Amino acid sequence: MPERIVVPFGPQHPVLPEPIHLDLVLEDETVVEAVPSIGYIHRGLEQLVQKREFPEYVYVAERICGICSFMHALCYCQGVEHIMGIEVPDRARYLRTIWSECSRLHSHLLWLGLFADAMGFENLFMRSWQLRESVLDVLEDTTGGRVIQGTCKIGGVRRDIEPEKLGEMHRALDSFEEKCRDLTDVFLNDETVKYRLRGLGVVGKDAAYALGAVGPTVRASGVRVDLRETGYAAYGDLDFRPVVETTGDCYARCAVRAGELFTSIDLIRQAIDAMPDGPLDVKVKGMPDGEYFSRVEQPRGEVVHYLRGNGTKHLVRSRIRTPTLANIPMLVKMLPGAQLADVPVVVLSIDPCISCTER
Amino acid sequence: MRVNEEQTTISVALEDLTREVERLHADGYRLVQIGCTDIGGSYEINYSFDKDYRFRNLRLTVGPETEVPSISGTYWGAFVYENEMHDLFGIPVTGINIDFKGTFIRSAEKYPFSVTRRGGDPCRNA
Amino acid sequence: MGLFEMTKTVLRNLAGGPATRRYPAVPARTSPLTRGHVVFNPAACRSCGLCSRRCPCEAIRIEKEAKIWEIDRLRCAACGDCVEGCPFGGLTMEQTYLPPVVEHTVERHTITYVKPEKPAKKPADESAGA
Repeated sequence: MPERIVVPFGPQHPVLPEPIHLDLVLEDETVVEAVPSIGYIHRGLEQLVQKREFPEYVYVAERICGICSFMHALCYCQGVEHIMGIEVPDRARYLRTIWSECSRLHSHLLWLGLFADAMGFENLFMRSWQLRESVLDVLEDTTGGRVIQGTCKIGGVRRDIEPEKLGEMHRALDSFEEKCRDLTDVFLNDETVKYRLRGLGVVGKDAAYALGAVGPTVRASGVRVDLRETGYAAYGDLDFRPVVETTGDCYARCAVRAGELFTSIDLIRQAIDAMPDGPLDVKVKGMPDGEYFSRVEQPRGEVVHYLRGNGTKHLVRSRIRTPTLANIPMLVKMLPGAQLADVPVVVLSIDPCISCTER
Repeated sequence: MRVNEEQTTISVALEDLTREVERLHADGYRLVQIGCTDIGGSYEINYSFDKDYRFRNLRLTVGPETEVPSISGTYWGAFVYENEMHDLFGIPVTGINIDFKGTFIRSAEKYPFSVTRRGGDPCRNA
Repeated sequence: MGLFEMTKTVLRNLAGGPATRRYPAVPARTSPLTRGHVVFNPAACRSCGLCSRRCPCEAIRIEKEAKIWEIDRLRCAACGDCVEGCPFGGLTMEQTYLPPVVEHTVERHTITYVKPEKPAKKPADESAGA
């Protein structure tokens, strides 16, 4: 009967971007059970909605997470706009789409870098983040902030992108796509990387769907769920196809995110080509009264903002269910069977964004 | 490509909860979230399900100490939401498959969001 | 896979120099839109209090009678809402970030705006003539 010991993983670990605690029950070097525990970074942001008026809460919603910040603001604004019956002008919808896809590019490149670092491949980590710098430069030139954009507001957007800048972005996308292809070529075709990732943390299609997982984590197991297909913002007018893999291991999750890089580049090109003219925002009158579940596809999956207002300046409740919270059960099912040295790779393959989980 | 998204909300009583959830599970819906709001002095719990972007919501209203049965027998992944609901709001949920007994979210104050919390101000802003 | 691939990469990296900026010796890259810090113009402030009401972090405080405008830099998130909200152009956004501090002080300014004197109204019988 092999002996069982309990090894604590986290909250401080070089591979984790944010603190999460896992108690790993090991037999020799194989993980038998994993028990998660969160709460290290709970800031009570949902309660803050009772103190900040509803237009100001956009700034709080943006700062829930640094990596998926624009899409939190977008989800919140869409929710309030639906409750108040506001129709956002076309140009604002396309601008929001472009910034969302830039956020997705930035997030996936960040994740690819961290994933390479978790495997020990530091040079690839540096190269991914160097490529990410060009996306951050674009975000800074168009919005003023590298990580927190501050451009989404209720009723539209605060800032415009001039046609010259749009043309510059369109031209720069070709060389950017070339560099992305070189980078993902290493991730998907290098022998050592494949040896580390194949067959690790396998979850089948039905199990993944039943566990309620979302995002690239579940698309790698063959389940085709991508909220961009519902057509919010300008996605209804653009043409794209979700990236789905079938193997369900860490390699498939990496391949889904690498494939989504190219989908994003294509979507940005389409949005720039089809950009309509017009106003940037509409005036907001009245107070929100009602409730709505607003859903958006973040880089990590489906985020749900439940908003409820009762006719005053302050909303009554804002409940945010982030994708990582839905992926934690899948993580608990993935870890048994893995070696202790592979645990960082498996934990990172669901793309944990704990500051979102623990708002 | 555009798929129409519809949202429907139905109220459900405490005794019918498990039956409704099992019916949705047999129909192929996946669990999206379980969320809790405090209105007045009681809690309103929303169980949200989705299938092919069709959104269904079950709404349950309970008082502060009412015991709610767990749905983790049907949906294995529900333990995350139910433990969080228990740790933050103090709602006793019975029969969770992985029950952390209050240690899932470690906070300085027990049940920080409950309707019976001490102090009147929801967020103590320094 | 060609020959000497690694050598070519090494030589290219040696000739290229470091890929990062030597901040703070070299100033950080900014764009005209970068939100660095908020600058107050005491001569333009009419004490309307809009900036203080719009601030989502409650970083700005105004005392109208004492003519004091203060900002808590450690609370300010540089979101730019006050700059957009000021109807008189009293606030602008600069691109540079402020250096770190060792003690928490609140920045105070004295408002020096003086309402321009309106020309004295002449009584009606004097100006009505010719």
